Amino acid sequence: MAFADTVRHRYQTDLEGIKAAGLFKEERYIHSPQSSEIEVEFPVGSVVRKCINICANNYLGLSSHPEVIAAAHAGLDARGYGMSSVRFICGTQDIHRELENRLTAFLGTEDTLLFPSCMDANAGFFEACLNEQDVMIADRLVHASIVDGMRLCKAMQDTYKHSDMGHLEEKLQEHQDKRSRMVITDGVFSMDGDTAKLAEIVALAEKYNAIVFVDDSHATGFMGKTGRGTHEHCGVFGKIDVTTTTLGKALGGASGGCVSGRRELVEMCRQRARPYLFSNAVAPVIVAGALKVLDLISASTDRRDKLEWNARYWRGLLKEAGFDLKEGDTPIVPVMLYDAKLAQDFARHLFDEGVYAIGFFFPVVPKGQARIRTQLSAAHEKHHLDAAIEAFKKVGKKHGILGLGKKELMARAAA
Amino acid sequence: MDEITQAVRDYIMREYLEDGDERTITETTPLISGGIVDSFSMVSLLRFLEKKYSIDIPEECATPEAFDTVERIAGLVRRFQQAEVVRG
Repeated sequence: MAFADTVRHRYQTDLEGIKAAGLFKEERYIHSPQSSEIEVEFPVGSVVRKCINICANNYLGLSSHPEVIAAAHAGLDARGYGMSSVRFICGTQDIHRELENRLTAFLGTEDTLLFPSCMDANAGFFEACLNEQDVMIADRLVHASIVDGMRLCKAMQDTYKHSDMGHLEEKLQEHQDKRSRMVITDGVFSMDGDTAKLAEIVALAEKYNAIVFVDDSHATGFMGKTGRGTHEHCGVFGKIDVTTTTLGKALGGASGGCVSGRRELVEMCRQRARPYLFSNAVAPVIVAGALKVLDLISASTDRRDKLEWNARYWRGLLKEAGFDLKEGDTPIVPVMLYDAKLAQDFARHLFDEGVYAIGFFFPVVPKGQARIRTQLSAAHEKHHLDAAIEAFKKVGKKHGILGLGKKELMARAAA
Repeated sequence: MDEITQAVRDYIMREYLEDGDERTITETTPLISGGIVDSFSMVSLLRFLEKKYSIDIPEECATPEAFDTVERIAGLVRRFQQAEVVRG
């Protein structure tokens, strides 16, 4: 037996260390479809209870939409359950290419390639398209999957302070000796809910001859007046060289992602991106569901409009109640607590009051920046938000934090 | 504070502190364990040191522990400067 007691003990010690540091993650079992109200078993073995879900990436409320489910059923019947192959062997159906073409049109790009997830798209893109003659210059708050993808790539790495255009310009000047410069950012930053300054980034990229890469996973489907993404929101639609995004959030929330952009870069991914080459094709049932999602969001902006209203309303309720928020105009609204233990306790007490939200703390966010990240959905009705704010107020009062500003909260956290 | 320590400290303050960040960085302020520098953004510091002092710091020496304070980073630079002299 290779897994000797000493080896087991080592892992047990590591796991105890994670628990002792307060970083141990536990899943909560959901007994219902994803929606604004879900049935949750937590802790494991306890009675299942209904609560308001305010932490899903289900931005457009399409995860359990009847038309999406029906289309997925039809896709399952027409094209089967699995492909049992990677794309380039015998894993590409007509509907895979149809979805890629539809995403290309929706995102306003030249071509698109599906990946098993956006995590995979980010993990594979940089290595496929850049080498040691190039430099990658990333915002310091980009998603972890971009960091991993950059680490797999031989190009020089550099970073700029979060959304600091002066610092980005310095870096672009510093790396003029490189063959290509790639500016890398999230469209909407997942932890802070703020938006990249894409118009300024595009202007700098034009000035210093750089390629622009945007991960728009927390924006595709709802940012911008017709929901195309952060590029539409910032007035630079058609000017982003590479967009990666996901089908796992607003676009139905199942799984799958893509690289979409300049056709040569997309083709390089088809030839060289390892997660594309060595991982199964996206399942037909998901492709069929995603096609229906694109039908729905191309036909009407009602859902993204409702999401926008919900986000504004919720932000207003939290502010009025006296919570300290990260500023922004996206459906990600972080309630700042600055204290890891308080964030955990706060989330637990919210759950006791029938609201499902999660506390985030180091290493997911910087030290001293612990928070409850709330996320809005078009599936939320006003009464959900009115009920949720009562729970927030009750728990906020219990912890004595209502009306406290950043400095006071940070001082409390340090005490 | 010697020239190397001063230069490292100045670079870190300029490169890593956001505008309005009122934290001060001393020779012993924990940089990585204190959340000021992370492994992702550490690369620019490494490149700054290599360029400014004409040294080559191998990846295995650029550990979070070795880069955790200005004092340790300055010590690392001095060690590699001496190694260059010996080699040269």
